[in-house]
Amino acid sequence: MNMKRVYYEDVRFFTSGVVFFWFVALLLFLAAFPFLFKNYYVYVANYIAINVIVAIGLNILVGYTGQISLGHAGFFAIGAYGTLVLMTKAHLPFLVALPLSALVAALFGFLLGLPALRLEGPYLAIATLGFGMTVTQVIGRVGFFGGRQGLHAPELSIGPWNLSTDRDFYYLLITITILLTLAARNIIKTRVGRSFIAIRDADIAAETMGVNLVFYKTLSFALSAFYTGVAGGLYAFVLRYIEPEIFTLLRSIMFLSMVVVGGLGSIMGSVAGACLLSWMDLQLRNILNIPYLGEWLKTLSQSFFSITGVSNIQFILYGLIMILIMLFEPLGIFGIWIRTKKYWKMWPF
Amino acid sequence: MTFFEIRHLSISFGGLRALNDICFEVQKGEIFAIIGPNGAGKTTLFNCINGIYRPEEGEILFKDQQLERKRPDKVARLGIARTFQNIELFRHMNTMENIMLGRHNHLKTGLFHGAFMWGKRSFAGKEETKHRRRVEEIIDFLDLHAVRNQIVAALPYGVQKVVELARALATEPELLLLDEPCAGMNSEEKQDMIFWIKDIQDLLGITILLIEHDMNMVMDISDRILVINFGRTVTQGSPDMVQKHPEVIRAYLGEDMEVGSHP
Repeated sequence: MNMKRVYYEDVRFFTSGVVFFWFVALLLFLAAFPFLFKNYYVYVANYIAINVIVAIGLNILVGYTGQISLGHAGFFAIGAYGTLVLMTKAHLPFLVALPLSALVAALFGFLLGLPALRLEGPYLAIATLGFGMTVTQVIGRVGFFGGRQGLHAPELSIGPWNLSTDRDFYYLLITITILLTLAARNIIKTRVGRSFIAIRDADIAAETMGVNLVFYKTLSFALSAFYTGVAGGLYAFVLRYIEPEIFTLLRSIMFLSMVVVGGLGSIMGSVAGACLLSWMDLQLRNILNIPYLGEWLKTLSQSFFSITGVSNIQFILYGLIMILIMLFEPLGIFGIWIRTKKYWKMWPF
Repeated sequence: MTFFEIRHLSISFGGLRALNDICFEVQKGEIFAIIGPNGAGKTTLFNCINGIYRPEEGEILFKDQQLERKRPDKVARLGIARTFQNIELFRHMNTMENIMLGRHNHLKTGLFHGAFMWGKRSFAGKEETKHRRRVEEIIDFLDLHAVRNQIVAALPYGVQKVVELARALATEPELLLLDEPCAGMNSEEKQDMIFWIKDIQDLLGITILLIEHDMNMVMDISDRILVINFGRTVTQGSPDMVQKHPEVIRAYLGEDMEVGSHP
């Protein structure tokens, strides 16, 4: 019997052959996706991938480090505008402009992290909220950023490849998403991520064990902002047109709800939460097309739930689903996943 | 050079003088106990040493370095670790990861090396392996095998105390501050803890500052004892000497202990 212990197994990614199998299966599915579904769903997948990146970034801050942010739409905007401005005004190639603008977002994240050293909970929420709203206001008033008119994304080409369709862009986006997801997972499993979790669970103990609170709290903000900035830069090319109205407080709250619905402190949860909520966001409006029921729901919402008389049943359902998930599974979708796994562990016995 | 010394340390909270002119010296390799009734200022003293509180007056010297203006993480870097009276573990991590956090200053993995941990030959992979092996030695030493991969929030109280000790040892300290390591333990766990504390002194050569209410244990393992009450030094010296001090007897047994004095 081999008694020697391989310590790497504690942190290795492929904990078993089954995990490896599913990972390869997922990669194959993602690679084949544009050929299996029509173009609109490729756009949906792009939209979801953007939100996955943001949700992971935000989860590093909220779920792992235990800080809160209601201003991530601000970083999202900095990433989007930064990338477009660097490309159109400074004529930098996309693959330089994107990380550069994400680094600018990270710098702002670092600056926003400084007040976070003294603020907690609701106070920090308000401070970050102020940041997010300020960014949108400033961008909307500066002519250099297109003002209220917004900016158009230039033609995107990397080397010899021209990525002008959703389908082409999909592959770039999915590659970046997978790399960022794996990177986040690795960071969480190693020294930096452990320090984040330690700060969340017992900050004074973490400090007396040698964790520099100032450094790691601001690093968490910067890293989270970096992810969001990358997502923003990519989002500019999913929409091909950006304006200040896209980066509102509502979007910050959307991001936060993805993280919470998915499961705080879980990379898998962030992915699941982002998938579910962005899919619901795009698909729930189709509920009105269901025969009979759709008509009925429409009249119902028009006569009882709406002030303006416009049907808003999709938003009501959206909220309802979120409330139900939180009510029955406070750990979010990740909690459901853990319970399912436990339930099937001994199958078929 | 004295190993560890506190000179005329004072701190107040509002009008309350929590510590008043505390002075003592600790020699390398000894177990130095601090005792006193609840609210005497023992934990406050630890918090001053760690840099959680800034003392108003006085000096804290560790190997000729001044500690009283240093941040807690700097103090930890110099080789001072501690455990807490009310358990301060990272509740959602398992035992292994809790102890790994104690290796924080010894690990060299940064953000980028961490993000690019592609396999066991990568820098981060090697670091993790190397330090997990070190942690496993501590797990061996403190007999924590059974709970190695369990989330600490679910562990029994006594075991959580041991995990805290393990985490402190993982930092490889020269001075270890133990804040009531035996509080709330049953007698078996207490016996184990006493053996470990002695082993830490004898085998690892770590100097220990100990706060404890269990007088039998304190008298048994301490080399020297400091007694404080209302933030002031009552007396200090060897266990035998301290035990006979009239004020210690009064503080611990109360006044008017003459038989038959009650109505």
